[in-house]
Amino acid sequence: MFALCLVPLGRLTWQALHHDLTPNPIEYITHQTGDWTLIFIVTTLAVTPARKILRLPELIRFRRMVGLFAFFYGLLHFSTWIGLDKFFDWSEMLADVRKRPFITAGFTGFVLMIPLALTSTAGWIRRLGGKRWLALHRLIYATAIAGVVHYYWLVKSDVRKPLFYGTLVALLFALRVGIWLVARRSKQSGSALESNLTTAETA
Amino acid sequence: MLTKKAPEIPSSEITPKWLYLNRRKFLAGALGVSVGALAGRTMRELAWPSQRVWAGTKLNVAAKSPLSTTEQVTPYDAVTHYNNFYEFGTDKADPAKNATHFRTSPWSVKVSGLVDKPRTFTLDELQSLAPLEERIYRHRCVEAWSIVVPWIGYSFNVLLKEVSPQPKAKFVAFESYYDTGQMPLGSRAGIELPYVEGLRLDEAMHPLALLCFGMFGETLPNQDGAPVRMVLPWKYGFKSIKSLVKIKLVEKQPPTTWNMSNSSEYGFYSNVNPHVDHPRWSQAKERRLGEFLRRPTLMFNGYDQVASLYAGMDLKKYY
Repeated sequence: MFALCLVPLGRLTWQALHHDLTPNPIEYITHQTGDWTLIFIVTTLAVTPARKILRLPELIRFRRMVGLFAFFYGLLHFSTWIGLDKFFDWSEMLADVRKRPFITAGFTGFVLMIPLALTSTAGWIRRLGGKRWLALHRLIYATAIAGVVHYYWLVKSDVRKPLFYGTLVALLFALRVGIWLVARRSKQSGSALESNLTTAETA
Repeated sequence: MLTKKAPEIPSSEITPKWLYLNRRKFLAGALGVSVGALAGRTMRELAWPSQRVWAGTKLNVAAKSPLSTTEQVTPYDAVTHYNNFYEFGTDKADPAKNATHFRTSPWSVKVSGLVDKPRTFTLDELQSLAPLEERIYRHRCVEAWSIVVPWIGYSFNVLLKEVSPQPKAKFVAFESYYDTGQMPLGSRAGIELPYVEGLRLDEAMHPLALLCFGMFGETLPNQDGAPVRMVLPWKYGFKSIKSLVKIKLVEKQPPTTWNMSNSSEYGFYSNVNPHVDHPRWSQAKERRLGEFLRRPTLMFNGYDQVASLYAGMDLKKYY
């Protein structure tokens, strides 16, 4: 699984070594890492619904890794912008973050992932306590929305891809709401077992 | 007869049992790697065909134009595999893949509207109106990348003089070829097609405005707007309409595709201007394909000779 998550980076490296990064390599790397950030965000959001619907609670062990890979590709995407695209022109980047809504959205999405990556360890879950940790990690919802908006605002006319990611995120949100509604109903009808399961696992 | 005893295998070369037993794992791993490599290779070939699938015909170039830049020409592969030609897909690599079978012969261009001698030209007729010149122009895309291309053609004003515009004619409207059969991806482009563009008549008369039939010594590759296109080096690339089929002289400013799609981002004039940003990105710099650092963008893309066309105009308003 870990190796699988590294395939996109491996592919980019391989293409770089073979001078195969299209005529505009910086743009290509930016787009690729951006795409994979969104794919990993969507995947990490899919873990919880998948566990419940497929009744595979053990999937939880992949969630942290997939989430960290979302951060990893986000970091690559962000560093590409800083180091390759803008070549450390801080004043220009600051102006972009302030002036260009799509960059503001992307930047926000990335910044919101930082605390999640930092508190991803078992130690931090303990320190924060499960409930607070869960609340903090709901920031991933904001990141997902910011990421889709970032992409949507970037494209010129063909919005199919950002809409595709947007649909996936919306679907995953809807699933959560659905699961929550079902859980609440079963809780009201007094199924103690089910409710224990859901309070421990929402998010 | 000489017989040789089979050499004894030194014990150091005998595979340890644990490794031997691991071979299944290894094979599975190797399989995984090869499948991955194969998939990667296919993706790569899709993204960047190793061969030139299209072969152009040599064009007779009578002269090298003094209007040419001496800057380094962008490699052929970049100019032909990094294209915005939405009729053939919106990804930069799409046109090279999808325009391969585009039929560019027979071809004709209809010139109509406010002219004394309206006429439909065959491609041959059009091409022989004037000697072809090679002009190496800078080409700046509105997306802040640029290339240097050795185009082949002649000044568009030759054609205009041929059809004699009437005094009432103030603008030139252009239209691209569009056919959903040959361009099925056009319906997903997110812009209205056929692609239309326009110029003020005095802009169209400027000697820099090129009616273009080829590049790199040959006829135009399909993905670069075959068989005939406009090249307007002082304007953003999208003004230089590709695969031209209709030209009409009109009295009022004609509609233009990107302006209709998003008027706050793409104006009718769309002159290269480092001081007027695109609402979503800065136009102050550009990335020349093949270069690492962005270079500063020049007013009118460095073609100052067009400045007099816009004397007294507020170019922030008429972007």
